[in-house]
Amino acid sequence: MGNFDQKVNKFIEIFLEEGGYVKVVEGLQNTLLIAVAGLLIGILIGTVIASVRVLPKYRLLPRVLNGICSFYVALFRGTPIVVQLLVFYYVLLPVIGWKITGIQVSVLVFGLNSGAYISEIMRSGIQSVDPGQMEAGRAVGLSFGVSMTKIVIPQAVKNILPTLGNEFISLIKETSVVSFVGAADLYVAFSYIGSSSYEFMVPYLVMALIYIVLVLVISLLVKLMERSLKKSDRRN
Amino acid sequence: MIDVINLRKSFGDMEVLKGIDITINKGDIVAVIGPSGSGKSTFLRCLNCMEDPSGGSIVFKGVDIADMSVDINVHRRHMGMVFQHFNLFNNKTVLQNIMMAPVYLRCQDLKRVKRRNNMTRLRNLFCGSNKTALMPVTETGEQIRNEVREQAMALLRRIGLEDKADVYPSTLSGGQKQRIAIVRSLAMDPDVILFDEPTSALDPEMVGEVLELMKQLARDGMTMVVVTHEMGFAREVANRVVFMDEGRIKEEGNPKEFFENPKEPRLKDFLSKVL
Repeated sequence: MGNFDQKVNKFIEIFLEEGGYVKVVEGLQNTLLIAVAGLLIGILIGTVIASVRVLPKYRLLPRVLNGICSFYVALFRGTPIVVQLLVFYYVLLPVIGWKITGIQVSVLVFGLNSGAYISEIMRSGIQSVDPGQMEAGRAVGLSFGVSMTKIVIPQAVKNILPTLGNEFISLIKETSVVSFVGAADLYVAFSYIGSSSYEFMVPYLVMALIYIVLVLVISLLVKLMERSLKKSDRRN
Repeated sequence: MIDVINLRKSFGDMEVLKGIDITINKGDIVAVIGPSGSGKSTFLRCLNCMEDPSGGSIVFKGVDIADMSVDINVHRRHMGMVFQHFNLFNNKTVLQNIMMAPVYLRCQDLKRVKRRNNMTRLRNLFCGSNKTALMPVTETGEQIRNEVREQAMALLRRIGLEDKADVYPSTLSGGQKQRIAIVRSLAMDPDVILFDEPTSALDPEMVGEVLELMKQLARDGMTMVVVTHEMGFAREVANRVVFMDEGRIKEEGNPKEFFENPKEPRLKDFLSKVL
C-alpha cells in the first residue's frame, strides 16, 4: 500500500484541477433527480393502484381495473430494472417515436418500477388502518374517494413511512445502473475520473462513501418526518 | 320516514336477514334487541347501505336507497350513524372530526352551483334575449367554515367538552369519544341517527354519560334506531322495542307491553336471561 498516498494525490489532482468535481456534482444531481422524481411518480402510481386494489369488488369495473393493476405489478416486479431500462430506451420509445434523453427515460422507468413496489407497500398500509375509519367516513356521506384521500391514506402513510424510506434508499442505490441508457450519474462521473488516471481504487472508494452519506442523511430525514407525523398518536 | 320492505341480506351462502318489514316514523325511538348472531347489527347497517341489501327495499323519504343506481352518499348525509368502536378519525382533532363532513360537503355543493352558473353565463352569451337566471350564491367557503365551526363548538359546549376541541382522539376516554361521535353525526343535522351498540365497548362507568346524551336527543325529538343490550334504556327511552332472532323480527311492541307481557317463547327465554 505504499503508493496509496500517490493514488490519493492523483485522484485529488484530477478531482480538483481537471474538472472532475464538475462531473461528480452533475452525476450527484442526476442520481438525486432520478431517485426523487422516480419516488414521487412511484408514490402517485402506487397510491392509485393500491386504492384500486382495495375497492369493493362486486361490480365489473373495479374487477377489470384490479386485473389491469395486478398485471402491471407482476410485469414490473417480474423483470430486472436494467431490462426495463433497455426495453424502454431501445424498443418501446423508438417504436412509438418518442425522442427523450437517457435521464428522462430513467425517471420514467424508475417511477413505473417503484410504483409497482410502492403499490404493495401502500396496500398493506391501507389495510393496516381500521376499516371502521372508512365506514365512519362513508357514514357521514363522504364518497369512497374522499374518505380514502382525507382519512385512510394519511393514516396509512404514517404506518408505512419507514418502509417508504427504505424504498427511497434502494431507489438511490439502484440508479447506479442508468449508465446503460447513457444517463450520467455518480457511477459515470467516477468511472470518468478513474479512466483518465488509469487508477480506479480511490474514485470508487469515494463513490461508495458518497452513497453511504446520502443514505444516512435520508434515514435521518425519514426519522424526523416520522416523529412529526406521530403527533396524533401522542397522549399528552 | 323509513319503510323497510322484505329486506334480505346474505353473506355468501349465509342468509342473515330473512325478510324484514318495519316502518320507522318521524320521532320514533326504536330499540332493537336480540341474541348475538340474530342479525340486528346487519339490519342496522343495511338501513344506510353500509352493507348493500341482497333483496327488498328501503324507502327513505320517498327514495328506495337499496337500489344500487341511487347516489347513496346524498342520502347518508341525512342518516347519522354511531358505531360500537366510535371510529373517530384518528388523524383529525376533535373539532376537525366534527367539522370535516359538513364543511367538505357544503363547499362541494357551493362549487357545483358556481360551476353551473359559469355554464349558464356562457350559454347566456349566445342566447341573446332569453337569458337564464343564475342560481343564487349566498355564502363563501370561509363563511361556511366559520358557521360550521360555531355550530361544532356549540355542540361541544352542550356535551361539556369544548376544552377538548383541539386534541386528538387518542387522548380521550371511551365515553368522551362516543359522545363526540354522536355530536359528529349531529353536526350533519340528520333526520335519523342509527346507533350500533353505542355502549358495548365502554367501561361501565362511562355508559351513563353516553346514555344521558342519547336521552337528551330523544327528548329533542330525534328519530333514533338503537341496537342495544341496555334493557334499561330500551324500557325507559324507546317508544318501540323490536326483538330479532334468526334474521327475522319475532316480536314488536311498546316497551311496557313488550317487557311485562312477552308472547314469543324465544323472547321470554331471552328476557329471562338478560333481565
